[in-house]
Amino acid sequence: MSTTTNPTQFAFLSRILHWLMAALLIAMLFIGVSMVCSLGDYNRLLAIHRPLGIAILILAAIRLITRLLTPAPALPQSVAPSERVIVKLSEFLLYALFIALPLVGWAMLSAGHYPIVMFGSVHLPPILPARPELYATLRKTHTILAYALFLTFLAHMSAVLFHTLVLRDGLLSRMVPWTVRPAKGESQS
Amino acid sequence: MDNRELNPVSANEPAPLPPGTVVARLASIGLLAAAIAGLFLYAGGWFNPHALTPAAMVDTFEHVDGVHPGFRRNHAKGVCVTGFFESNGQGQTLSKAQVFEAGRVPVIGRFALAGGQPYAADTPQTVRSLALLFKSPNGEEWRTAMLNIPVFPVNTPQAFHDFLVVTSPDPQTGKVDGAAVGAFVSKHPETAAALKILGSHAPSSGFSDGAYYALNAFRFVNAKGESIPVRWWIKPDQSTVTENSAATDKNYLFDALIAHLHSGPLRWHLMLIVGQPGDPTAEAASMWPADRQQIDAGTITIDTIESEDTSPTRDINFDPLILPDGISPSDDPLLSARSAAYSQSFTRREGEKKSPSAISTAEVAK
Repeated sequence: MSTTTNPTQFAFLSRILHWLMAALLIAMLFIGVSMVCSLGDYNRLLAIHRPLGIAILILAAIRLITRLLTPAPALPQSVAPSERVIVKLSEFLLYALFIALPLVGWAMLSAGHYPIVMFGSVHLPPILPARPELYATLRKTHTILAYALFLTFLAHMSAVLFHTLVLRDGLLSRMVPWTVRPAKGESQS
Repeated sequence: MDNRELNPVSANEPAPLPPGTVVARLASIGLLAAAIAGLFLYAGGWFNPHALTPAAMVDTFEHVDGVHPGFRRNHAKGVCVTGFFESNGQGQTLSKAQVFEAGRVPVIGRFALAGGQPYAADTPQTVRSLALLFKSPNGEEWRTAMLNIPVFPVNTPQAFHDFLVVTSPDPQTGKVDGAAVGAFVSKHPETAAALKILGSHAPSSGFSDGAYYALNAFRFVNAKGESIPVRWWIKPDQSTVTENSAATDKNYLFDALIAHLHSGPLRWHLMLIVGQPGDPTAEAASMWPADRQQIDAGTITIDTIESEDTSPTRDINFDPLILPDGISPSDDPLLSARSAAYSQSFTRREGEKKSPSAISTAEVAK
């Protein structure tokens, strides 16, 4: 197969979005877990949390579309067939959480009869009717999904570092923002 | 030809690592993951279980007043009202918020008694509250929860928590520990000063003729971009009403309010107190000098009343930091703390089974 249909890296936009979203999501997880236990900083953190969540939702949608429209690089030989299933599942789980977390947050505020303030006078419409029991369920769901995302992120980071530092199979080069040329003769193997 | 021979150190086939290096790298990855997890738990307060968090604040209310599922953890006994605000446009000199443009916006609200006991008997001394939600045509909301006292007893969340604890009756004796209150007040001169003001401020006869104060300072931003410290209060149009009903009935304050609203609407003027540079904005326990300019921004009319049992207002969190563009929080630490604690109370009660309100549908129909 030629390198044009079997690229060595994800699309440039995918790679940029990966690192941008990684930074935003880690910041978001720390903001979320801090604000719920803070009296003094609650409001300042919440004012960042809402628009940042919506920004992540938009970026996740762009990234998902990019991922579906551009070819993904093959996994190195060092990734066993059984591991490939885990790779697929974890990628699916991450995308699902990127989209579900902000949507659940938005739905939760809607159900709780809150205005969904972004910045200034800009606010979003509710996406659910105001219903107390729905609010309570979605509020819990939001926390559970956030912890799930944090654990999935840790597992993802650890697995990639294991491949990169211990197996040294170049797995990380598929996602680095700069261009990595294929190793000589790789397309023949 | 096998390309591996040509590229002995290609990414696909690196030279094997010494076992010690493998262990060191595995350990580094494990340590990094553990460090990030530790930081995350630290940020989430896991290593500081005695910190005053929103949950701890609401736990204290539950400790003091008991747990009453489905009810607000503070201001538990209340009744819902609706009406409208007619802005005269005067507020626009201070704030660009649409609610201050001349015109009428709908208002929903809730009269309540301070404290977490939903079936407490009405008394003249119990602090009363009025929470309001103004909805602007552009969809923005302004929520405010006001009290019928002109100053708050404390300036900080921690002091509020401690004050709540020392002023609560001992469950054994049913009495407040006067010595503990004295010790608190001697450590908090702002509370001593506030209690003096409160002591000389007799409560109105009922909900209808009461003034309600926002207590915390906010920052108003007008169309010119000027940021001005502002406090507000609402001034009753109806003069002191002498109650005929015996003040012994457990719902006498609410019953009087219901009777008044059945006989006609009640009105308050929204008064904006304009702060001067240097006026403290983080001291809810003190008043600004009495000569500060006050702007009458318009009239709030309350004309219908409904039991919490049927009103959607029961499920509204009157978070004082739900503000339109043109009103911002000040540096008052109580504001963020109120927002956080109200949210905690709201989250707890929304998931609980509801019990009937003391001010039932039948009571409101009387």
